[in-house]
Amino acid sequence: MIATQFLILAAALFALGVYGLLVRRNAVLVLLSVELMLAAVNINLVVFEAMWRTSEAIGQVFAIFVITVAAAEVGIGLAIILMIFRNRQSANVDELDLMRW
Amino acid sequence: MTHSFLFAAEEIAHAGDGGWWADTAGIMLVSPFVAFLAILAFGKRLRYNGAEFAIGALAINTLWALVLFFMNMTEGVLREPFTFKVGDIGSGLVFELGWAVDGLSIMMYLLVNLVGLLVFIYAVGYMEGDRRVPWFFAAFSLFAGSMLLLVGAPNLIQLIIGWEGVGLASYLLIGFYWEDHENVNAGNKAFMVNKLADVGLLLGAVLVGVALGTFDFAALNTAATEGHAGLSAVAIAGGALLFFGAMGKSAQFPFHIWLPDAMAGPTPVSALMHAATMVTAGIYLMARTFPLYQQMATDLRPWMVAIGTITLFAMGLLALVADDIKKVLAYSTVSQLGYMMTAVAAGGYTAGLFHLFTHAFFKALLFLGAGSVIHAVHSNNMSDMGGLRKYMPRTYATFVIGALALAGIFPLSGFWSKDEILATLGHEGYTAVMWIAIAGAFVTAFYMTRAVALTFHGTYKGHGHPHESPAVMTVPLIALAIPSVLAGLLNIPGVEWPGIGNFTEWLAVRVVPMGDHHAEAIDFFLAGVGTLAAVAGIVLGWLIFAPDRDTQQERDRFEVPVLYPLFRRKYYMDDLAMGISRFTMGPFARFVNWTNTYIIDGIVNGVGGVVYHLARFIYGGVDQRGIDGIVNGLSAVADAAGSGLRKLQTGRVQQYAASFVMGAIVLVIVFVLVR
Amino acid sequence: MMGEWLSQPVNWVYLVVGVLTLVSAYRVVTSQNVVHAALFLVAALGGVAVNFILLSAEFVALVIVLVYIGAVIVLFLFGIMITRAPTGLDVALDNDKKLPAALISLLVFAVLSYASITTFGTAELVDIGTATDTATLAQGFVGRFVVPFEVVGFILLAALVGGIAIARRDLTPLEEEARRSV
Repeated sequence: MIATQFLILAAALFALGVYGLLVRRNAVLVLLSVELMLAAVNINLVVFEAMWRTSEAIGQVFAIFVITVAAAEVGIGLAIILMIFRNRQSANVDELDLMRW
Repeated sequence: MTHSFLFAAEEIAHAGDGGWWADTAGIMLVSPFVAFLAILAFGKRLRYNGAEFAIGALAINTLWALVLFFMNMTEGVLREPFTFKVGDIGSGLVFELGWAVDGLSIMMYLLVNLVGLLVFIYAVGYMEGDRRVPWFFAAFSLFAGSMLLLVGAPNLIQLIIGWEGVGLASYLLIGFYWEDHENVNAGNKAFMVNKLADVGLLLGAVLVGVALGTFDFAALNTAATEGHAGLSAVAIAGGALLFFGAMGKSAQFPFHIWLPDAMAGPTPVSALMHAATMVTAGIYLMARTFPLYQQMATDLRPWMVAIGTITLFAMGLLALVADDIKKVLAYSTVSQLGYMMTAVAAGGYTAGLFHLFTHAFFKALLFLGAGSVIHAVHSNNMSDMGGLRKYMPRTYATFVIGALALAGIFPLSGFWSKDEILATLGHEGYTAVMWIAIAGAFVTAFYMTRAVALTFHGTYKGHGHPHESPAVMTVPLIALAIPSVLAGLLNIPGVEWPGIGNFTEWLAVRVVPMGDHHAEAIDFFLAGVGTLAAVAGIVLGWLIFAPDRDTQQERDRFEVPVLYPLFRRKYYMDDLAMGISRFTMGPFARFVNWTNTYIIDGIVNGVGGVVYHLARFIYGGVDQRGIDGIVNGLSAVADAAGSGLRKLQTGRVQQYAASFVMGAIVLVIVFVLVR
Repeated sequence: MMGEWLSQPVNWVYLVVGVLTLVSAYRVVTSQNVVHAALFLVAALGGVAVNFILLSAEFVALVIVLVYIGAVIVLFLFGIMITRAPTGLDVALDNDKKLPAALISLLVFAVLSYASITTFGTAELVDIGTATDTATLAQGFVGRFVVPFEVVGFILLAALVGGIAIARRDLTPLEEEARRSV
């Protein structure tokens, strides 16, 4: 196996996540896309770990950290979306433009 | 500075040096100026409006003058003038200031200070309640100081300074009541005529100074007598011009025109300046520089005598027609100045100056007396007077004394001085002039009798309640009457009083002796003729002008057909002067006015207009549009930029995310991949 | 080179799993059904976990499955449930900026791929055989990265508390009254 194959996979996942981030209207789906991106990042980390085999498996440790933080972030994000939904009866991000000019 | 003292005459040989009093005599020249400043500063607040300073200054001066005079009487005072060098003028000439101490100066110091003091005291009463009294005494003090500068001048330059000073003071005081335009005109006339003559004075001084290499009088006279035989043409021209200047100040024909008009000033001014002192400055100058004239190859003296004679006679006649009592006295003064100038020019140094001396006393007396009358009657004109002898006895008595002295009646002072003049004229060969002078004495007596009769005799024609003047005014009158009577005794020909000598000796004490004619005995013939002329004048005058006892009418309408209108028009001299000035100066004045209005004002207005338009342009174009435009423009740009840029804030998260990603990609490309 | 690569069975597995992952990921971002999108994410994450196993990162793979799929996706589904608009699935799920977004994502992919290829080329992963020892990971957590470990713990605590605080329903005035009187 070469490292590049995984890296390209990760790049593709990241790109798809970006697409979803920019395109999706539902806030939850945006968060979903963000999860995709984070998954891609995890792959990168683990690949580099596999390449250089450090003594403490730094890549993997960090991948776990990323997962943990992602989980926390999702929790908060959904709480916020819940509040928005309660106030506006809609989770449409297009409508959340009060901080405009 | 060294002089060579020529002790040719015995009187000078043993002259003293005046001691401490001569050392400090400069105080006389300074104190009136100090008084001037003090009066300006404090005069208003004082009880007598600053007269205290003026009288104080002159009192101090009189003390010095008396002491010096007595010293001169007893032992003679002659020393180098005190001088302080102010600067170099070039080609060996220096500018010095100081005071002279010799017989001539000492006599003048006494005269100016004593008569001045008495007039000042008189003026306190005369000017009581008048307007601007502090200024009066200030200007009067200025005059006194300038006159002392003049008579105490050791050189021509200081003399000129004093000369101009008295001219200024004269102008200020003649025009004292400037609310009346007439008075202003009189002041201008006096100043301008004097200024015209002063051109001669200045040029003459320069020429003489350059020709003889010095301005100092002693050196000048010494150089004239010792060195340059006949004197160069430059010096002669200078001497002529100096005489020209003297003519102006001493009102010799034809420069006399200002003196009658100068009567517009307050009477004390007339008394002091235009009778006793200022007008004598010209005579004094001639006396001072006379060695010059004695040495000239082209003898100017006959011309000077001629002018003096004309003045003497022609002006006396004008006194016959004047209604204003001060004008009578003014013409009389001009006439007497003619006597003095004639005497000096004819070589009668002592005669002329003695007459100056006595004339100062009795003319001042007459003027002050006239002032007393004017003060009581509130009018200058004799047609408003009459019979005042009953109301103003002291004024009357002193006035009569003055009039008799002026007429030259024995044994009053005027007799002796006039007699000496006649003697000098005869002795020097000016016989025709002598007879004219005798005729002049007749005229003098005649018009003075007229004046006395019209003023003090007959019935009072005015409307007021005349009363005698207060003591402050009558005491000076009496004080002046005394020398008017007695001064003659100082110079009886051939008489030398023990221990003090006589006037001739006192005057002779100077660096270059005059060598003039000293009469050794009274010439009884001349004395008799002179007295006869005077008495004849009085008698005739009384006959014509005295009130008619029967009808109490006065024949004051006496008229000589052709002559009197001529006299009234003052020989058309004023018209002539006006015509000349209009003819010569008129176009010039118009040209200057045109230049001023169109060219100078045009330039000024043009500049103003340019500035105005420039300012408008700067305001409108540059400031409003330009600078404000830039400032407003900048703010508009900022505003537009802001308006434009704020559209970026859409509030949409995904848009922000997009730009975020793009930014990251760009950065990655630039920094990582392109390397 | 390609032949050599294909000859290894690992790479066949990789290809299959990779395609599945990519397709699932694609369906995540383009599905018109929210729930479908979430479920497709499950599949994608599963694929990712298999990749991790291929890379000898077994522990990480299991963490993915447990935490991500097990907890996060469930959370997502709950969130979807709560925020489903009454009008249902009629609303389009994509905004109108699909083309620019596609371009941007392509650009991202291009840049990242380029970077990867030029940096690593055909570098082999040689030391891949042995499985990662969990002890090594544990050693890393409590040894070198103990501080981040603790911090992440705090983050989780904060997220917990924060989530509750944010999503709590405001008390009505009546309930407030009742509470205060207690």
